[in-house]
Amino acid sequence: MFGDYSIGDLGSIFVMQGFAGLILFSVYVLMALGLAIIFGQMGVINMAHGEFMILGAYVTWMTSNLFQSYLPGLFSGYFFLAMMLAFLASGALGMLVEWVLIRHLYKRPLDTLLATWGLSLILQQAYRSVFGAREVGVELPQWMLGSLKVTDSIEVPINGIFVMGLTVSITCAVAYVIYKSRWGRQVRAVVQNRIMAGAVGINTEKVDRYTYGLGCGIAGIAGSAFTMIGSTGPTSGQLYIVDTFLVVVFGGAASLLGTIASAFSISQTQSTLEFFMSGSMAKVLTLLAVVGILMLRPQGLFSLKVRK
Amino acid sequence: MSDEPNKGLRSPLRRKLLMGAAALPLVSILPRPSFGAGPATATVNTTGLAVTDTEVTVGILHSATGTMAISETGSIQAEKLAIEQINAAGGVLGRKIKFIQEDGASDWPTFAEKAKKLLVNDKVAAIMGCWTSASRKAVLPVVEQYNGMLYYPTFYEGLEQSKNVIYTGQEATQQILAGLNWIAKEKGAKSFFFIGSDYIWPRTSNKIARKHVENVLKGKVVGEEYYALGSTQFNSVINKIKLTKPDVIFTDVVGGSNVAFYKQLKAAGVDLSKQALLTISVTEDEIDGIGGENIAGAYACMKYFQSLDNANNKTFVPAFKKMWGEKTVIGDVTQAGYLGPWLWKLTCEKAGSFDVDKIAAASPGVEFKEAPEGYVRIHENHHLWSKTRVGRAKLDGQFELIFETADLIEPDPFPKGYQ
Repeated sequence: MFGDYSIGDLGSIFVMQGFAGLILFSVYVLMALGLAIIFGQMGVINMAHGEFMILGAYVTWMTSNLFQSYLPGLFSGYFFLAMMLAFLASGALGMLVEWVLIRHLYKRPLDTLLATWGLSLILQQAYRSVFGAREVGVELPQWMLGSLKVTDSIEVPINGIFVMGLTVSITCAVAYVIYKSRWGRQVRAVVQNRIMAGAVGINTEKVDRYTYGLGCGIAGIAGSAFTMIGSTGPTSGQLYIVDTFLVVVFGGAASLLGTIASAFSISQTQSTLEFFMSGSMAKVLTLLAVVGILMLRPQGLFSLKVRK
Repeated sequence: MSDEPNKGLRSPLRRKLLMGAAALPLVSILPRPSFGAGPATATVNTTGLAVTDTEVTVGILHSATGTMAISETGSIQAEKLAIEQINAAGGVLGRKIKFIQEDGASDWPTFAEKAKKLLVNDKVAAIMGCWTSASRKAVLPVVEQYNGMLYYPTFYEGLEQSKNVIYTGQEATQQILAGLNWIAKEKGAKSFFFIGSDYIWPRTSNKIARKHVENVLKGKVVGEEYYALGSTQFNSVINKIKLTKPDVIFTDVVGGSNVAFYKQLKAAGVDLSKQALLTISVTEDEIDGIGGENIAGAYACMKYFQSLDNANNKTFVPAFKKMWGEKTVIGDVTQAGYLGPWLWKLTCEKAGSFDVDKIAAASPGVEFKEAPEGYVRIHENHHLWSKTRVGRAKLDGQFELIFETADLIEPDPFPKGYQ
């Protein structure tokens, strides 16, 4: 397929394709991070992850409408505020859900799967009743649209760069919180041995609630960011859930590093394959590879040794 | 939600009284059509349908919940508007249309089950319904077995014809060929890049489009790509489009993927005012989610646009907005949904009966002169004669009509040389 093209053409396509892979990588990390925290640290399988993302997207949509009507002068910066609000809204809903639903199911991990799946259906219908069945269009400030011309033939999407930057900063923040802060130590202590952690005076219930809230809040930020590249409708969350679980399970449930490594390998495989064959076929091969590796290494790429 | 204004009322009786009082002014203002003056029930209904001296029941069967609710909401709204207008104009054969709405819930077996319920339990005289081909394929054996009448509104891939279905949307050749001819002539286009969602409609449509490009237009298809339904990442294929530099990008991507595709296309620096793009899957409804700024400049091949400038459409659009809100947009399929109840009414009057067999036999030749798209007529194969139009997307989410065929295009669900 390359016979007809000049070296220059091919060179710039490979550069852009490299960027496409990196963007996909950032998208995967961003959407999997919240789930990895909840699944990895708490063992809760959160099927409603996509709906927490879409809550973030709707919050972004409402913020953009508010700015358009009342603060048109500040419209170009609304996105940052929207992301913070998305984090707070999804995080708050997450903590509420943890208090009402999840905390009663910690000893029954498979039931959390069913319960959160039910929750996702409830949330979808709630969005449909509140925001309408049709998709909404989130208007972006001008500077976030279009692409950056690096050379004549190399163009890089601005929203892709934005997502990459966002992913790096959020990942660093999460890593810092979990591995350096006092609260993070408590979280890890609870993961390793809940009873002992309680015995030395850690309020494990509170830790659980905030961990769940943090995971959902990050999902909200991801949803907010994805209004740049995807759709916002009551069921849009479903579009992400499969890929998200794929990344988390492949990476090894309890490991942040694993999530990143798995997002990287899946995204690079997929985007390279997509370039050489059709999209559906690329997906098939990627999934086959993942299944094959998981058969050999059921615990995922990286796994934490935890005393059960 | 609709009960909000009555929130403060506790007593059901009081509430009923108030609601009755609220309805009074309406009743007194409207010229009240008198129902029950039509021909005797025994003569218009020989097969036990739900027809009384004053009423006839039809079914509305769409997804009001689930992933397809995004698309099907418009069809439900259009069908309800048509029914209301028909009732205001005196109903069908002197009878008021009453509708029973069922929810297919975006689940194909549910569609089949609800269709059976409508036909067997409710004995509806006709069903306005289905949207995706999958739901139609699920319902088809049911309407054939229980001899129902289905009015199906969506443009679809063709390769189907049934005594029990009237297809009010375009089949594939009607939608695609004239548009391809136009863009080949207008833009001198020789090379085409196809991208679609991976299921039957895009694959069949692209197959027809490829034959047409290669055999009739003597052009070349430089790429044909399919992405799983719900895919949200298109950067790789966009790079491929940049590499192959086609004269025209021809797309039939649907659902959430649609939004992702145009947003990423715009972000990748593909300027649709310079790069020609022809889509058969974007109507005003979809632009609501995509955002006008992301798709402005693209061409869409449809039979109806909200902006059509004709007398019928000028009464249709305000009536629709009056019923469903100023912000509502009307896409191609919504208009086709509106045709269903009207065509059924006209056919009943032509046949002088509600009997399904008589309706099926009387359908060919029925014409609807007040159609918002202009004029339509039912063909012997139960599809519609209609024009093909090309519109260009504008920033405000509306289409500007660029081209329309001079004559009605004949529906051809089994096109020779394209299979």
